[in-house]
Amino acid sequence: MHSPELDGAEGVLRDARRELEICNACRYCEGFCAVFPAMMQRRTFGDGDIAYLANLCHDCKGCFHACQYAPPHPFGVNLPQTLSAVRRQTYEQYAWPAPLAALFRRNGVVVCTIAALGIALGLILTALLQGADMMTLPRSGPGSFYAVIPWGVMAGLAGAASAFVLFALSVGAVRFWRDTGGGPAVRPQPAGRALRDVLTLRYLGGGHDGADGCNDTGESFSQTRRIFHHVLFYGFALCFASTGVAAFDDHFLGLVAPYPLLSAPVLLGLAGGIAMLAGPAGLIWIKVITDPAPTAKAVLGGDYALLGLLAAIAANGLLLLALREGPAMGVLLAIHLGLVLAFFVLVPYSKMVHGLYRSLSLLRNAIESRNPQEEG
Amino acid sequence: MIDFSYPFDVLVIGGGNAAVSAAITARLAGASVLVLEHAPRHFRGGNSRHTRNFRCMHDGPLGVLTGAYPEEEYWQDLLRVTAGKTDEHLARVAIRGSYESFGFMERCGVKFQPALSGTLSLSRTNAFFLGGGKALMNTLYAYAERLGVAIVYDTEATALHLTAGTIEAADITSQGFPFTVRARSVVVASGGFQANLPWLAAAWGPAAENFLIRGTPYAQGTILKNLMQQGVATVGDPTQGHAVAIDARAPKFDGGIATRLDCVPFSIVVNRDAQRFYDEGEDIWPKRYAIWGRLVAQQPDQIAYAVLDAPAEELFMPSIFPAYRAESVGELARTLGLDPAALCATVDAYNAAVRPGTFLPTSIEDGCRTEGLVPPKTHWARPIVTPPFIGYPLRPGITFTYLALKVDDRANVQLDGGRPVRNLWAAGEVMAGNILGQGYTAGAGMAIGTVFGRIAGGEAARYALA
Repeated sequence: MHSPELDGAEGVLRDARRELEICNACRYCEGFCAVFPAMMQRRTFGDGDIAYLANLCHDCKGCFHACQYAPPHPFGVNLPQTLSAVRRQTYEQYAWPAPLAALFRRNGVVVCTIAALGIALGLILTALLQGADMMTLPRSGPGSFYAVIPWGVMAGLAGAASAFVLFALSVGAVRFWRDTGGGPAVRPQPAGRALRDVLTLRYLGGGHDGADGCNDTGESFSQTRRIFHHVLFYGFALCFASTGVAAFDDHFLGLVAPYPLLSAPVLLGLAGGIAMLAGPAGLIWIKVITDPAPTAKAVLGGDYALLGLLAAIAANGLLLLALREGPAMGVLLAIHLGLVLAFFVLVPYSKMVHGLYRSLSLLRNAIESRNPQEEG
Repeated sequence: MIDFSYPFDVLVIGGGNAAVSAAITARLAGASVLVLEHAPRHFRGGNSRHTRNFRCMHDGPLGVLTGAYPEEEYWQDLLRVTAGKTDEHLARVAIRGSYESFGFMERCGVKFQPALSGTLSLSRTNAFFLGGGKALMNTLYAYAERLGVAIVYDTEATALHLTAGTIEAADITSQGFPFTVRARSVVVASGGFQANLPWLAAAWGPAAENFLIRGTPYAQGTILKNLMQQGVATVGDPTQGHAVAIDARAPKFDGGIATRLDCVPFSIVVNRDAQRFYDEGEDIWPKRYAIWGRLVAQQPDQIAYAVLDAPAEELFMPSIFPAYRAESVGELARTLGLDPAALCATVDAYNAAVRPGTFLPTSIEDGCRTEGLVPPKTHWARPIVTPPFIGYPLRPGITFTYLALKVDDRANVQLDGGRPVRNLWAAGEVMAGNILGQGYTAGAGMAIGTVFGRIAGGEAARYALA
């Protein structure tokens, strides 16, 4: 009946419940973030409440460093660490299809393996479709990318992967929303507030006025983690925009890639690529130097792997831009597309899902804060 | 590693808010400063670690503080809670200094937040530290370290050498090893003696065995006792202190805020014999909160039980320990280890005496009271009839003791006979009893600690550098 995993999951929830009850009797951390006011609207904590509060937590660690009950106090309250463990469980619990939940158990290995497979697939597919020498012949001019990997194959793979990912995420989202309390999700005002909280990373700002910063590396406060996350997030957005503009140019304007240096897709991609290198580098640096006490070690492998993958995609993309006139272009392009494909496939099975559950929790929080009575 | 043979200008004994405020002030004045904190780093900060705000005078909106809290109102509040057992001159020094303390803390990097929910009555009078007292202490320690204050943990001062009105040296134990430290000036900010159980027993008798210590186990009163033995003057009574009723299941030390129970006004409180002994509806928080520790301490076995019913449960902050529950009053009595017949009789008598009235859970204007009952319950009295019936066990929780080193308005420690010790100053709990003879009001301890910490640090530096 009881598998070790199940005992582990229940143990994590039991721990979280115990700590939340201590927090709810203390409440000194009320000013740090949304978790504490949301906690205070409850007197008991069901599994859904715990999942909601855990995903509302941005892991800023303010409450740990302020905690009079942090280890070695016998109460042993370490909310950031415990809620990180709960989040990992959320990702597993709401993964679709269910057998793939196991991918969250050794997520660092999984992400690295899929990335390697992506590279292999890119290279093999190109070789099979085009013959091995296609990858090493210098090419340039309009259509040279598609000579390496035909547009149809590129678009077909991307489309299939996207559809699968969107479906998998939707199933997780619907189930998470239901289990954390259900109710109508979309109302304009809370949705707007939640969107603002996501886009500004309000709860990595620290304090009641969002200007104090968080305990990124220890007892002192800074905005460093928030800034690097912004750099990564908006860098990613720029790269996404670059791809979007490129698709538009190709479809509607008949302009075929590669594009000149001073074109929108290249400039967006260049800026985005640099940011996508700097963001993960900064976030990895913070993880390395931070006080390990409030960190959940079980999630670190997956975190590092995903940051590494994002940085690898960016580095490869920048290299491709630099060397696209040369003989390495074919190999770099095949690797690039392989990594991007791996990334997309991994969205529902890596740290990337934090964006989904965090956003939903912020949305629930925006709804609750607006009308606490109705939401109970 | 600190070189204890180095002659520091200022030696600060203690590691709480008063001590670090003194250290920072002395260092800013140019003195070399050594801080001796008895606790290991994890538990540094004395009782300040468990605090959350300080009471601050202000004549207009100030930072997170709303409205105004003028000197006279602050003084009247202190006068009321201490029932006159205070020193007006020193109290007014603390009150006026609290205003400047706000700016001092901000300059040290301390972050404030608006009053916590559930304490809105304090949003005008008390400035809350973002994240509470441990976050405050993290900030103060970081600032002190940046200024170059030397800080050692796991280091207790055990004796001061007082010769001809001057402190010549201090004996200390650092991480288990004995040293003697010399400094031109000494600031004692080593807390009360509340964690010294034999001393509590000497003051209170065997009852002290059942007291719980809400804060740091390092408040041993070692230097307080050492100075008393050398003819230093004290103020106050060793049985006086700040004590509240807390959950009896709290740990012996360091349970902090999460063990408090604020259910008294919505309950009846009975003793070991299932008898009521005091008006549970006497006054509004925070005054009533501060008297129940002493009331429970005066009951047999120093235990009491709050008894309430289902509708009352949502009206107070949850404790970390689950309530005892039962479907009948008799069954609840058995669960709590009380005589069922006696508790049923007490509840029945109370229910019969309750008169209908307007129930206002957060206001002293509440009209629900008993008639013809001794002792009466003068507010928030509603019949206890709706299951499940709920019980919480209560014990006295000591926050800090008021027996104090006698100081003047420059925090200078006095000898018996009225002369001062030339180079000894005191701040924080170890001298708060000069102002708090009895009773308490939220945030007074931290105000006194910051104000006299700054005075003591400034005076100590001035003497050392003269």
